[in-house]
Amino acid sequence: MNENGIGVSVRRKEDYRFLTGRGTYTDDINRPGQCHAYILRSPHASAGIERIDTAAAAKAPGVIAVYTGADMAADGVGGLPCGWQVHSRDGEPMKEPAHPPLASDRVRHVGDQVAVVIAHSHAQAKDAAALIAVNYAELPAVVAPGDAMAADAPLVWDEAPSNLCYDWVLGDEAATDAAIAGAAHVARLSLVNNRLVPNAMEPRAYIGDYDAATDQYTLYTSTQNPHVIRLLMGAYVLNLPEHKLRVVGPDVGGGFGSKIYHYAEEAIVTWAAGKLARAIKWTAERSESFMSDAHGRDHVTQVELALDKDGTFLALKVHTLANMGAYLSTFAPCVPTYLYGTLLAGCYATPAVFVNVKAVFTHTVPVDAYRGAGRPEATYLIERIVDVAADEMGIDPAELRRRNFIPADAFPYQTPVALQYDIGDYHATLDAALAAIDYTGFEARRKEAAARGKYRGIGLSTYIEACGIAPSQVVGSLGARAGLYESAQVRVHPTGSVTVFTGSHSHGQGHETTFAQLVADTLGVSYDNVSIVHGDTDKIAFGMGTYGSRSLAVGGSAIMKSLHKVIDKGKKVAAHLMEASESDIEFANGKYTVKGTDKELAFGEVALAAYVPHNYPIDEVEPGLDETSFYDPKNFTFPAGCHIAEVEIDPDTGQVEVVNFAAADDVGRVINPMIVEGQIHGGVAQGIGQALLEGCVYDPASGQLVTGSYMDYCMPRADNIARAIGVQTVTTECTHNELGVKGCGEVGAIGSPPAVMNAIVDALSALGVKHVEMPATAQRVWQTINTARSQAA
Amino acid sequence: MSVNVSMTVNGKSLSADVEERTLLVQLLRENFRLTGTHVGCDTSQCGACVVHLDGRSVKACTVLAVQANGAQVLTIEGVASNGTLHPMQEAFRDNHGLQCGFCTPGMVMSALDLVANNPDPSEHEVREWLEGNLCRCTGYHNIVKSILAGARAMRTGA
Repeated sequence: MNENGIGVSVRRKEDYRFLTGRGTYTDDINRPGQCHAYILRSPHASAGIERIDTAAAAKAPGVIAVYTGADMAADGVGGLPCGWQVHSRDGEPMKEPAHPPLASDRVRHVGDQVAVVIAHSHAQAKDAAALIAVNYAELPAVVAPGDAMAADAPLVWDEAPSNLCYDWVLGDEAATDAAIAGAAHVARLSLVNNRLVPNAMEPRAYIGDYDAATDQYTLYTSTQNPHVIRLLMGAYVLNLPEHKLRVVGPDVGGGFGSKIYHYAEEAIVTWAAGKLARAIKWTAERSESFMSDAHGRDHVTQVELALDKDGTFLALKVHTLANMGAYLSTFAPCVPTYLYGTLLAGCYATPAVFVNVKAVFTHTVPVDAYRGAGRPEATYLIERIVDVAADEMGIDPAELRRRNFIPADAFPYQTPVALQYDIGDYHATLDAALAAIDYTGFEARRKEAAARGKYRGIGLSTYIEACGIAPSQVVGSLGARAGLYESAQVRVHPTGSVTVFTGSHSHGQGHETTFAQLVADTLGVSYDNVSIVHGDTDKIAFGMGTYGSRSLAVGGSAIMKSLHKVIDKGKKVAAHLMEASESDIEFANGKYTVKGTDKELAFGEVALAAYVPHNYPIDEVEPGLDETSFYDPKNFTFPAGCHIAEVEIDPDTGQVEVVNFAAADDVGRVINPMIVEGQIHGGVAQGIGQALLEGCVYDPASGQLVTGSYMDYCMPRADNIARAIGVQTVTTECTHNELGVKGCGEVGAIGSPPAVMNAIVDALSALGVKHVEMPATAQRVWQTINTARSQAA
Repeated sequence: MSVNVSMTVNGKSLSADVEERTLLVQLLRENFRLTGTHVGCDTSQCGACVVHLDGRSVKACTVLAVQANGAQVLTIEGVASNGTLHPMQEAFRDNHGLQCGFCTPGMVMSALDLVANNPDPSEHEVREWLEGNLCRCTGYHNIVKSILAGARAMRTGA
């Protein structure tokens, strides 16, 4: 075993530069002759633009240019494309309105882009933007998904009556209805999945650059997928062919989904760089991030769960209104459909499932995938309704889950909502989490807390997700306008050191470390002799990037393919050098050996021979040792597990404290346990944030964004999340990738919110409380307690 | 109007002509090209820009460059010596106290000020102290662990 190989908590290669302030994030880059862009944004949720007067701004100190949507349209600049087409139940394609980078005649959310000022300094550009006169004709706005389809709701798009983008269904409605009609018990619940702002700590930043001598464009961008941005912006927006456009995603300070999408500002700075033949930087201020980064979640749902008298699940029926915002962001349509409806079987052998999703436009920032994307929304409603049923039927929540789990010997398991789970052991993760939190000892802790005047509750969540996204043919048949494979090039240098060029993109996940462990382990070379390169379309063959917990399962599998090609080519070289038959050559621990002899060659010797091919099987193989692969996964991967939260509530203040949290996650084989634990910690913190603190609020009357800064939007801090998060992994290996890996980036954010909310409801159930909406802020919980008490009195 | 400011940054005398409204963080990043100090918000909430000004941690987005005139400034770039990580930096690496790295310089600078005044902080004290530093990646647990380990290493000289 390699001391820095698979399964070892190797310290990260990335850390030295980040810890010494030598990371290179986009805003840290400065190009020769660089100037600065400032975007003027709409202060209104909905308004017509009657006139834009830029004359005063154009004359302001330091200003180089002022552009509006009319200027971009005159240059033939296209709209931002949507990458996924969903069809309604009647076969009609979704409504897909145009999304110009700068709005010309209408603004449709607070923060919509109206004009750009380019000046020598950021301050000059910002000062000048204040001189642009825009005559707006204010219009009424609608912001909540529950209001969007009302008869009198203002329309976001004339082409989308009732603000309906699509009306999508999945599953057998007749069978589901029949099961509900004949069931011994039906649990029902309405719930809201609160709108969130992703809030990666690095605000979005872009630099457009243009070299007139070579007619070459470069975009430096805080993105999760440089090649996807090159394709979308080049082909759809700016009409630039790939060979003239380089996209670089350098160090990126967190993404969580929000940096997947192609944003208007990327196109604006790249286009303007060409117009002015100079580099232009734009960096979002945090207030701009709040009103222009794609948001997450924002569902309103009704759910029914039918059970027989023993608590066996018979059917699940779900109706959801999903907010798309004002425009369709890059992957928005697939989030409440193929990443949500397909997960509604959960971990359970429910025979009939039906889901209807109505996606609606509103006068808000576009909503798209945010950590978990669709799967947290599915898990939240399933795990809440299971607890409601358990409460109503008087069955222990752990027991009710056990009775309905897909058994470990039933895989592969075809769900009634399209997916086929390859493997899992839900009893094992449940049992591990129950043991970790001392479930059987809980009632004693509840009594002890009551003696201190606190309500204590415990809540379970047994979740599943689909990640390792995704088989290209499958997603293509579901409306994806892209393939979802990954590429990897393994370049072995003449002296045996290795550079890997991966299409995955790291923005905190530690790929430079984990991927190097794969190489060290497989080739038997030193971890220190491996470098991982990502994030540059000029260096990497192609890439679909990082989201949906796909980097290791898809990107890592592509690396493994190339490593095997390298080893196999090396065998031919080794056979020649050791004068043996290729079939007698074995490779292990960095050495080629001839079976049954003591002949051996180190990997580095074979590499050198490949680059200095004097004594070489030149008729059989080419010189060099450099292999590229594309890996298209055979199926999604299905991480699953159990999260249990224990909370204490102070009835005087409504303050909820997560006093203990146990996670038992099956993320498949673990390459670096330290990194996996860190990913789960971070995901759980975001999930607890959704459950207790975070909620994006729009004023329903004006459409104004109320939570527009860290003063208003409550982020988890070191002192307001769980006292302890216990993480353990319980492994079943994925059956369809060589590494047996599933993915760990999203499980924390998927599993944890229902665990916390179930614990809160459990804590308050003695008061007759049946449901509490997220975020369970102190104010909301205090009001819930006092309403319940006054009703009881 | 521009004014001249000069100060000692990481042991070096530096000066620049800046507009009066220039913030210390802008001076450090744009004039001195010390880009380890980050800007993560515009309301002095996130702490990605924490530096030491005359030995005290400050948010460099909330100090005017002119206020730092003549001061001693320490940024993340000045914490390691001759390529060797400071024990606090080493503790962050050993305990996986960072993921994307964007909040990290502010976390380390903030932690160093805590430990300078409280060499043996409790976990609770560390969590309270970090009230002004946001991290979206780690869930804070490994940051807290890192700071406790860093403080221990600084106490024992390990």
